[in-house]
Amino acid sequence: MSVFDGLKYRKVSSPIHDLDPRIKFFYVCAIFVGAILFWTILPLLILFAIQIPFVLLAGVKREWLRSLRGTIFLAAIIFLTNLIVRYFASGGALLVTDLEFAAAMTLRFIVLVGSFSVFFLTTSPDHLGLALERTRMPYEFSFAFTTAVRFVPVLAEEAQTIMDAQKARGLELEKGNFLKRIRNYIPVLVPLIVSAIRRSLELAEAMESRAWGATKKRTNLYILRLKQGDFILFVITIVILMVTVYVRIYIDVPGLSQFLSGVS
Amino acid sequence: MIEVQDVGFTYPSGVEALRGVAFTVNNGEFIAIMGQNGAGKTTLVKHFNGLLKPSIGRVLVDGIETKKTSVASLAKKVGFVFQNPDHQLFSETVEEEIAFALKNFGFEEETIKKRVTWALSFLELKKYRKTSPFMLSGGERKRVALASVLAWNPEILILDEPTIGQDYKQKEKLRQFILQMQTQEKTIVIVTHDVEFVAECNPRVLLMTEGRIVADGQGKNILANPEVLAKSSVVPPQVVQIFSRLNELELPKNVIDLYEAKDLLLKKLEKRLR
Repeated sequence: MSVFDGLKYRKVSSPIHDLDPRIKFFYVCAIFVGAILFWTILPLLILFAIQIPFVLLAGVKREWLRSLRGTIFLAAIIFLTNLIVRYFASGGALLVTDLEFAAAMTLRFIVLVGSFSVFFLTTSPDHLGLALERTRMPYEFSFAFTTAVRFVPVLAEEAQTIMDAQKARGLELEKGNFLKRIRNYIPVLVPLIVSAIRRSLELAEAMESRAWGATKKRTNLYILRLKQGDFILFVITIVILMVTVYVRIYIDVPGLSQFLSGVS
Repeated sequence: MIEVQDVGFTYPSGVEALRGVAFTVNNGEFIAIMGQNGAGKTTLVKHFNGLLKPSIGRVLVDGIETKKTSVASLAKKVGFVFQNPDHQLFSETVEEEIAFALKNFGFEEETIKKRVTWALSFLELKKYRKTSPFMLSGGERKRVALASVLAWNPEILILDEPTIGQDYKQKEKLRQFILQMQTQEKTIVIVTHDVEFVAECNPRVLLMTEGRIVADGQGKNILANPEVLAKSSVVPPQVVQIFSRLNELELPKNVIDLYEAKDLLLKKLEKRLR
């Protein structure tokens, strides 16, 4: 469940936490676009490095690293699949460039997860909901979205309890071949889904008994306003976007091995 | 026998749930673990079948260290009924639900059938044999969960909050069941907030606060000790409260049993009326 830990928001105050979620989302999107534009290691490494001061400034280093650690399994799969495909595509020969390509694809994935992780670690679901509302999205949708985000950690905790309960009845999740292992998860998934549905019904009743939707025109206790920090991040993001697009179009980015041999 | 040797446990989140816990559960003993929310009760019992491994110290179940074995192999010896039955029910019928653990432990088809029938009739669930567990009421689901653990006849039984959502009749049945298990020399550990239930059973009581054991002894001595109870936010049973308010009658302080209390009161009153 370490991946979910990496998405869990904790209320603290830092320059990053206080930023407007809309601008932060814009920044995440810029990193996303950057990561998609390149398939060589060097620019991806730079995109990865850009996030580090962001993480340090927000003071979420531990949680962020944990979420990255949680991606190891998927990252390994991405690396191996790319390697295998390249191996067969090139007719059974493995070149340094193939290794580089596989590593770059893995790094791309890590950059994406990393940027989303920073976003969710530093943005409270409430602020996210406010931001969504400001985009003129119907309140029902933005509410559903914030509720979904809000319940991810609850579900993760519940999944852990259910696994414990079934282990106590002799269930061994890691036993058997691949198909058997998937089947092993049925006793965990069924109670998880049933209780999620049950909880959603209870939540609906609780909301209605607290007069949800009684007034058509809602007002907000907190109102999002752009501050100085938001403008700075906005400018930084625009620069990142422009540089990535420029580099992508006008500069032939060398591979890592080429780059290293060029340096020496 | 469960030996808990100076166990400390810290969750990955950094919460220190157990600090220097040490005691022994002997075979055939009946123990109630009490204390306020977050005292570490459930964390402690999760060490008994290896779901959690101690950060410091050791837990030995029949001489086997829990760190060195799997939950599945310990589970056969240590049955654990979770607080919320909805965390374990998943089968299409009650019957299959009960058979699940038996299949995991590799019992034979014949034995499974026999055990399932026994567990169903023992917990008065026979008429629900082919019903989906999700169609049952909360109390019935709780009994199905209990039946699904009892079915493999574990030597040690851990019940987390067994009395929640049960009416008086079911609680009384639970008490009878525990007494019956005791005659079979089974070890029973319950985690509970239900003071009256514990007072009726008079087991050994472990009182916990902030991850530590603050009192350990016969229920009679602990539940009638308001100072100790206050430390773990447990209210004394009603009998104790009445006796302490009748202090001019000079009644003994360590009475938690209703019938004993009745006899004592009658005797006092007879003396006074004479």
